[in-house]
Amino acid sequence: MKLYELTAYELSERLTSGEVSAAEVTEAYFERIESVEEKVAAYLELTQDVAMEQARQVDDWRAGGEQPGPLAGVPVAIKDVLCTRGIRTTCGSKMLKGFRPPYDATTVRRCRDAGMPMLGKTNMDEFAMGSSTENSAYKVTRNPWDLDRVPGGSSGGSAAAVAAGMAPIALGSDTGGSIRQPAALCGISGLKPTYGRVSRYGLVAYASSLDQVGPLARDVRDCALAMNVLAGRDQYDATSADVDVPDYVAALTGDVEGLRAGVPKELMGEGIDPAVRTTIEAAIGQFEELGMAIEEVEMPNLDHSLPVYYVIAPAEAASNLARYDGVRYGHRTEEDVSDVYDLFAKTRGEGFGPEVRLRIMLGTFALSAGYYDAYYLKAQKVRTLIKQDFDAAFEDHDVLLCPTSPTVAFGIGEKADDPLQMKLAHVCTIPVNLAGIPALSIPCGMVDAMPVGLQIMGRPFEEATIMRVGDAYQRATDYHRQRPEL
Amino acid sequence: MADVSREVVEHVAMLARLQLTEDESDRLQKELGRILEYADKLQAIDTDEVEGTSHVIPMTNVYREDQVGVSLDVEEVVANAPDAAEDFFRVPRIVEE
Repeated sequence: MKLYELTAYELSERLTSGEVSAAEVTEAYFERIESVEEKVAAYLELTQDVAMEQARQVDDWRAGGEQPGPLAGVPVAIKDVLCTRGIRTTCGSKMLKGFRPPYDATTVRRCRDAGMPMLGKTNMDEFAMGSSTENSAYKVTRNPWDLDRVPGGSSGGSAAAVAAGMAPIALGSDTGGSIRQPAALCGISGLKPTYGRVSRYGLVAYASSLDQVGPLARDVRDCALAMNVLAGRDQYDATSADVDVPDYVAALTGDVEGLRAGVPKELMGEGIDPAVRTTIEAAIGQFEELGMAIEEVEMPNLDHSLPVYYVIAPAEAASNLARYDGVRYGHRTEEDVSDVYDLFAKTRGEGFGPEVRLRIMLGTFALSAGYYDAYYLKAQKVRTLIKQDFDAAFEDHDVLLCPTSPTVAFGIGEKADDPLQMKLAHVCTIPVNLAGIPALSIPCGMVDAMPVGLQIMGRPFEEATIMRVGDAYQRATDYHRQRPEL
Repeated sequence: MADVSREVVEHVAMLARLQLTEDESDRLQKELGRILEYADKLQAIDTDEVEGTSHVIPMTNVYREDQVGVSLDVEEVVANAPDAAEDFFRVPRIVEE
């Protein structure tokens, strides 16, 4: 087996035993990138020099008798939404072309401190707004299972990189499904942690009440390893939670006997492709065999999730993206400007792409005088109802199960002209962000030769439970071991 | 389709500091109408007794000691500016003489 085919856990074992060096592992990944990146286009920037220096340092530590953490020497790819000191961070936007952050995001720093060599920055929908990575201002990333299809989004570069063997672990961000949906479409595992579980410091903000950073990896065990590095309170993010962090790997006991799972009727309905639904039902049957109790639950307010999200997320985005004014960093218009309004308006009109402009307009409208109560406040109230549905469902159930995406990966260009159709791609993942709970996507079968993802949702701060459930499934099945041929 | 007039599009674009071409204003007028029509579904839901959620995880204000820490490197910060002079960001004149 080649080094790039191993999981992070397997790499960690070989690195710890001294069977391979961190430099060898990192080199193997750059060789793999060299051979398949041209087809997949997952990366916006490769950071080979940085990665090799980090790898050699890890090897020096081990040679000197130090025992760095289990991921020391295991490379990581970083979604271009996370600030990397001195390394270009564009967020997939022309607005941030050439921006070199003067600091690291906390999650990036934690990866560095853990000795994880940084392979590069991955492609994404501009400012994380999209479901296909087609909204990137720079390139179109392709699904490694079928190069004519999208990888999902917005963390499409991270998902495609892991699926194609171009990274064992990648970081993503998830505001409405941007880790889980691309993980599902690319046949890998991805976790959106509880809101507040992982620091957002240095994450370029999209919708601040919904955004979370999390891992994408080949299996759940690797997600758990990554969460042991990422999770925890950060003094630089006041919304990061001061809640104890368990050992997520130790939590993977394989035992799910007696756990109770609910299947929300609203997320298994007519919007779900019938073949996907059948695949999910088969996966649910597997959980019954593992000793879990399954029953259908009704969560009627989930039907309102999409309209709530498409008011709240753009409103928060409109506020967050007000910072791009062409003064301190990023794009500035080169046209003559008559006054400061003109400087801002021309800079922003040129720097933002079509989907970002649409969401800024939507959000500004929803927050403007005369419409605030009818749209923004109303959406926040319905958000409360959605949260209450989850609270009620989790009284009697430990986890909830549903598809991650209503369909398998669609064709490049297929939905690009229909913003509402595109937004339906996140219909099963958005409720999770609105409620702030954690959720995991794992591969559970194939439809039309493309991977299907199962979503496992849990109570706030119970990432350990949903990963235990996902890992138990992966011990019993081998969908997560399937790899695309490139 | 929800009624979004051209005047509303232009007003919102002004608030958002976005210069739009005619074609872009046409597109946004249509798409805003479609999405707002979709969002209008929320109006039918009874929320009279419901408080809005702005933050999902219970949390109170976070205080810390006011201590001197490490600040960003000024050179690194200014290096990102579209236009700068010494340690300052340079912008077009905005105040009349």
